[in-house]
Amino acid sequence: MQGSFDQYESGHFFDEMFAGNGQVRPHYELLRRRFCEMTTAEIDRKRVLAEKSYLNQGITFTVYSGDEGTERIMPFDLIPRIIPADEWEMIERGLVQRLSALNLFLHDIYHGQRIVKEGIIPEEIIRSAKHFRPELVGLDVPHGIYIHICGTDLIRGADGTYMVLEDNGRCPSGVSYLLENRQAMKRVFPKLFNRYSVRPVDRYPQELLAALRHVAPHGNPDPTVVVLTPGIYNSAYFEHSFLARAMGIEIVVGPDLVVENSRVFMKTTKGLKQVDVIYRRIDDDFLDPTVFRKDSVLGVPGIVGAYRAGNVNLANALGTGVADDKVTYYYVPAMIKFYLGEDPILPNVETFLSAVENDRKYILENLENLVVKAANESGGYGMMIGPHASREEIEKFRAAIIADPRGYVAQPVISLSRSPCYCDGSIEGRHIDLRPYILAGKTTTIIPGGLTRVAMRKGSLVVNSSQGGGSKDTWVLDGEGGEPC
Amino acid sequence: MLSRVADACFWLSRYIERAEANARILDVNIQLLLDFEDQHGGTAANHWQPILATLEDQELFNETHPDLSGDNVMSFVTFEKKNPHSILSCVSIARENARTVREQISSEMWEQINRLYLYLHSPSARATFAESPIDFYRSLVDSLHSFQGITDATMTHGEGWEFLQAGKFLERADSTSRVLDIKYHILLPSGERVGGNVDSTQWMAVLRSCSAMEAFLKISHGRVSGWQVAEFLILHDSFPRSLRFCVDHLDLALHNISGSERTHFSNEAERLCGVLRSNLDYTTIEAVFRTGLHQYLDQTQLRLTEISGALVKTFCTWMHED
Repeated sequence: MQGSFDQYESGHFFDEMFAGNGQVRPHYELLRRRFCEMTTAEIDRKRVLAEKSYLNQGITFTVYSGDEGTERIMPFDLIPRIIPADEWEMIERGLVQRLSALNLFLHDIYHGQRIVKEGIIPEEIIRSAKHFRPELVGLDVPHGIYIHICGTDLIRGADGTYMVLEDNGRCPSGVSYLLENRQAMKRVFPKLFNRYSVRPVDRYPQELLAALRHVAPHGNPDPTVVVLTPGIYNSAYFEHSFLARAMGIEIVVGPDLVVENSRVFMKTTKGLKQVDVIYRRIDDDFLDPTVFRKDSVLGVPGIVGAYRAGNVNLANALGTGVADDKVTYYYVPAMIKFYLGEDPILPNVETFLSAVENDRKYILENLENLVVKAANESGGYGMMIGPHASREEIEKFRAAIIADPRGYVAQPVISLSRSPCYCDGSIEGRHIDLRPYILAGKTTTIIPGGLTRVAMRKGSLVVNSSQGGGSKDTWVLDGEGGEPC
Repeated sequence: MLSRVADACFWLSRYIERAEANARILDVNIQLLLDFEDQHGGTAANHWQPILATLEDQELFNETHPDLSGDNVMSFVTFEKKNPHSILSCVSIARENARTVREQISSEMWEQINRLYLYLHSPSARATFAESPIDFYRSLVDSLHSFQGITDATMTHGEGWEFLQAGKFLERADSTSRVLDIKYHILLPSGERVGGNVDSTQWMAVLRSCSAMEAFLKISHGRVSGWQVAEFLILHDSFPRSLRFCVDHLDLALHNISGSERTHFSNEAERLCGVLRSNLDYTTIEAVFRTGLHQYLDQTQLRLTEISGALVKTFCTWMHED
């Protein structure tokens, strides 16, 4: 059987590969031909080859059941998502603009709160944000950069317009999948890869390290940078060690660090060694048991004191969660206008705040048609998709919204764009999103593309890996869509 | 280097070496059994009890197994998860340590150890084992050798590598002394005399389990006696599994880590290792047998344990603070 697209239905969705009339979009033509040449057996063989390389490298997450964990790989789809050069250029400008505004916002919020004083954002919204850290008010961070690494989730609606679904300004994960997906594709489709001129992604770790070195305390030109991980049982541990390896720096766990005289040191075979910049993959709450959660065994007692004293820098900064609060999200377009005097290049998804009376009324009357999200959850948790929800679930969220209006927002259901995916012997459309990784250092850089996440279950709109999502490689083209042939 | 990383490298390496030693010991014992079963009709217990004694696993085995059969012992030493010294446990612990230092070791090393781990947990490992235990142990030893080769060829020979060497040679010295000691536990069948056929076949098995047969025969002119085998495995200066060679290389790794001259010591691990090294450099096989071979090996194992403790205390003292 041929792995062709004859049976493919793009349905009533924006399809990345096919236009409405069933015509393949030009930048996908070479790919279509390549897949039509292959039998399903060949495609299966390539899929097994790719999966085996993930398993051998230990790119797995652990699913616990019974007395021992089984290691699973994140599902990987062989059909890449392709983004033409001009489309990417627009996305890139939009993301740089957005992260610049968010960093200016964070500086403002922890200093004069001009944006509140001038009536753009109500004070109440900031004060009640779960991740606002009063401890940081007045603290100057190097170069005013709070979010050094941002993972912004983009989706495309029915007309193909790119929209921002959320900003992840705390510890966005997934970049290792992006890099490994590329390695896997190069291995299994070397020729196809050559015929498209795909922009490379492999300099990400070097750019990340440059961004981290840039923000060393006291302008130290040769800082010691480390990755701080919760440990090997964390589901993202592979990524933490992957990045440390690719940057050539140490990976540490809380107990490897000690604070003395407001300085952070790591415990080495030759004594204590001072640490200057910490790329921490531990949430604020667990970072310092003397300041935040007392029960945290992952953190480093006293590290916030050293941070406040300016002797160590953290990436991302403490307190960035106030910027990826889903209520704050509502105000990002206004922030862009306020701080930069520009119109947003990438629009938000239409959002209703249950904290605002008119919006709340609308939300409560239309729960079965809306997506409701808890303001401070991530990873697809604390979310209800109205049309897919049971009566019971809807009532649960209704009660929750009435009890805590600040805690929820609602959005219309966006029928995310779909991309052809190879599922059990045939090619079918699946919903996808895109998470580019934006680095703010000396300049703001984005490696071309991002992680394309796929809702592998038929009809599902949830792409998070914790909810059964998979991923595919994302190709940003250098020119116009591969050499003609 | 982080103390935690040094500690993980040291133990990762020890467990890899221990897995290899177990595989070798089992392989050789199966062969011995094939040689002698028919002629002498010794009970299985006679053949397998020494294995448990030398691995110091006897108590746990007796608790969990009513009878001492070859199959029980082999599966206990190979696949038993509850046995912390089983090959499966050793490889799992080594992999767990490797996981915590993945950015220190090369990707190739990790992949090799991870592949082995996945294999041992797969049905195909059990199938190969059931079909031919000898092939199974051979291929296991091959995989572990590959790990050593990959380590040498792909990892920077810096501090982390030296901790791997220290762990490897310390464990290897320990396992060579245990393999030699097996012979002490094996009773000769009645009517057999020391130096007779059975005796020398058993000594040859000891040599084989250290991959020392060919090297030994090159210098022994075809004669195999306990005296000579012990001398070779304890005192030979360049065979890579002899006690003397292993302790010498352990000493070298320790000095490379600290940066001090080999003629002196700068920490307790180096001092203890230096004492053991000079003993091996200047003792004779006559003196060893005067002490008693078993007693000598026992003492050596104790000293190796002390060196290991001192090493961890010297370099990884942070680990054990709180």
